[in-house]
Amino acid sequence: MGSYIVKRVFYGLVVMWMVATLVFFMLRIIPGSPILASLGVEGDPAAAAKIRHQLGLDQPLYLQYLVWFERIFQGNLGNSLYGSHQPVSQLIQQAFPRTMSLATLSFVIALLLAVPAGIISAVKKHSLLDHSFTLAAFLGLSMPDFWLGILLIMLFAVQLHWLPAIGYVSPSQGLWPWFSHLILPATAIGTAFSAIIARMTRSALLEVMQEDYIRTARAKGLHENWVILKHALRNSLMPVMTVIGIAFALLMAGTVIVENVFAIRGLGRLLIISILQEDYPLVQGTLLVIAAIFVSINVLEDILYTYINPKIHY
Amino acid sequence: MADGTKILVESVETQGSVALPAGRKGRWLRSLTRDKKALTSAVVLLGLTIAAIFAPYLSPYDPNAQNFQMLQAPSAQHLLGTDSLGRDLFSRILYGARVSLIVGISTVAIALIVGVLLGLLAGYYGGWLDMLIMRYIDLQWAFPNFIIAVYLVAIFGTGLVNVIVAVSLAFFDDFARLTRSVVLSIREEDYISAAQAIGTPDRRILWKHILPNAVAPIIVQATVSVSYAILAEAGLSFLGLGVKASTPSWGSILSDARSFIYSAWWLGVFPGLAIMVTVLSINFLGDGLRDILDVREYQEEN
Repeated sequence: MGSYIVKRVFYGLVVMWMVATLVFFMLRIIPGSPILASLGVEGDPAAAAKIRHQLGLDQPLYLQYLVWFERIFQGNLGNSLYGSHQPVSQLIQQAFPRTMSLATLSFVIALLLAVPAGIISAVKKHSLLDHSFTLAAFLGLSMPDFWLGILLIMLFAVQLHWLPAIGYVSPSQGLWPWFSHLILPATAIGTAFSAIIARMTRSALLEVMQEDYIRTARAKGLHENWVILKHALRNSLMPVMTVIGIAFALLMAGTVIVENVFAIRGLGRLLIISILQEDYPLVQGTLLVIAAIFVSINVLEDILYTYINPKIHY
Repeated sequence: MADGTKILVESVETQGSVALPAGRKGRWLRSLTRDKKALTSAVVLLGLTIAAIFAPYLSPYDPNAQNFQMLQAPSAQHLLGTDSLGRDLFSRILYGARVSLIVGISTVAIALIVGVLLGLLAGYYGGWLDMLIMRYIDLQWAFPNFIIAVYLVAIFGTGLVNVIVAVSLAFFDDFARLTRSVVLSIREEDYISAAQAIGTPDRRILWKHILPNAVAPIIVQATVSVSYAILAEAGLSFLGLGVKASTPSWGSILSDARSFIYSAWWLGVFPGLAIMVTVLSINFLGDGLRDILDVREYQEEN
């Protein structure tokens, strides 16, 4: 077990090294890279040379590569080329809690919608309710999350005035303002995942319900609800857990686009703004941090999985 | 949600092999006509394709023609209303279908060719080639396709061609993985050894004996991938990273709509509806094909 964790973490670090290398090289080597090009053509050559010097782009490539890693280890990701030239790490620090709040809340919303729907679907198989949930799942998967976000704003903010349309409020300014700003974007992101998790819960539960020990539990006269909640659901959570792990990583992908709908200055918004503004250091830094989040989630999920599933031994 | 569909499909059903039921080519057409959802979807998609091809003849206005009837609600004159520049929304959505279909079909074609080729090579030859290909694919696998597409667009720049390249590079690993796993599952079969023993060239073995086994799962994967590609393009265009702003795309129309959702609901509703109906139809069709082609579930080797 211990050696497995070490191995898994090591593999995660290797992936991060590869990502950092790709982020370093691809933005530099590919000819006509728009970000590099913008440094050369805008304004006078002297200013361009200054920026290149500032970014260390006039150094030999291997040196740039070493410096790149040295800085990463120091947590120094350079400064933004725009605005007040804030350090990239500082911008990311501000954005990080917003993205994490959003991802966590979408995760919770997705689970709250999905697990009950999945259980009902499995228990009342082929009922009208089951078919409606199936249709809803298909709709949820076919709806672009950013469009769902727009629809939610139109309904709950513009028409009903129940919730604020856009923006983010820190939880230090009150839990309700924080929460109310996040409900709509979190629902937009979480819907697709709740569709997946609901389908998984349904099929896993249906499979478990055919096991002998369920028949035994019923035969000894246990109440059906008890059989489902205590015996069946527990064992059907395994396959669901694996999907939840992937889903959480993908929720983060959802935040990238949905943050832009709701003008939440999280990592996703930062990434897109930096690409559009051709803010070279900020693009690199944000990509790196987003990649690190994914890798950590993957590693954590694998480790967690071995804890949950007693059948796996390493 | 592209990546959402990805995990649903992967974890529940695909990863499958097994070819078409032998010698019954007519059968699956017949089962398609029996599957009402899949059939309806096929008809919707056919209609959409025709509408996209003949958009210049079908659209009542030039999609970029501006007039002073700005932000008009849907009416007989403007079926789906007009946008902030007075452009006819129906015409723009019709032209947007072209972008979606071009991106959807061409990215999947590229991803399929590249992915299947690499999957065949990796699975059949194994060794360092397999190592090299799989290491990269594993790396890409660790991240959602959409993030990879955003990253690639950041490198290549925006515009239709760049979006196609970026999205196909973001998706090719799905095909490579699938093909490789099929190859691995049949590489050790007797008829492959027999073909090798009588000196059949590798290319012929790959083409004639191995690839046909992978056709059914690849068809299913390709169908579903078209919907991911359409969603990815819409997402990129929505973020301003897709096609040029002057080109009407469902994503870019929605992006424009954001500033006017307080006054013009039609701008926010109809383009998204177009995306949803298209993606839903593709998903239903993919689901139907999976049943018809009998793509079974099997454990991924590892």
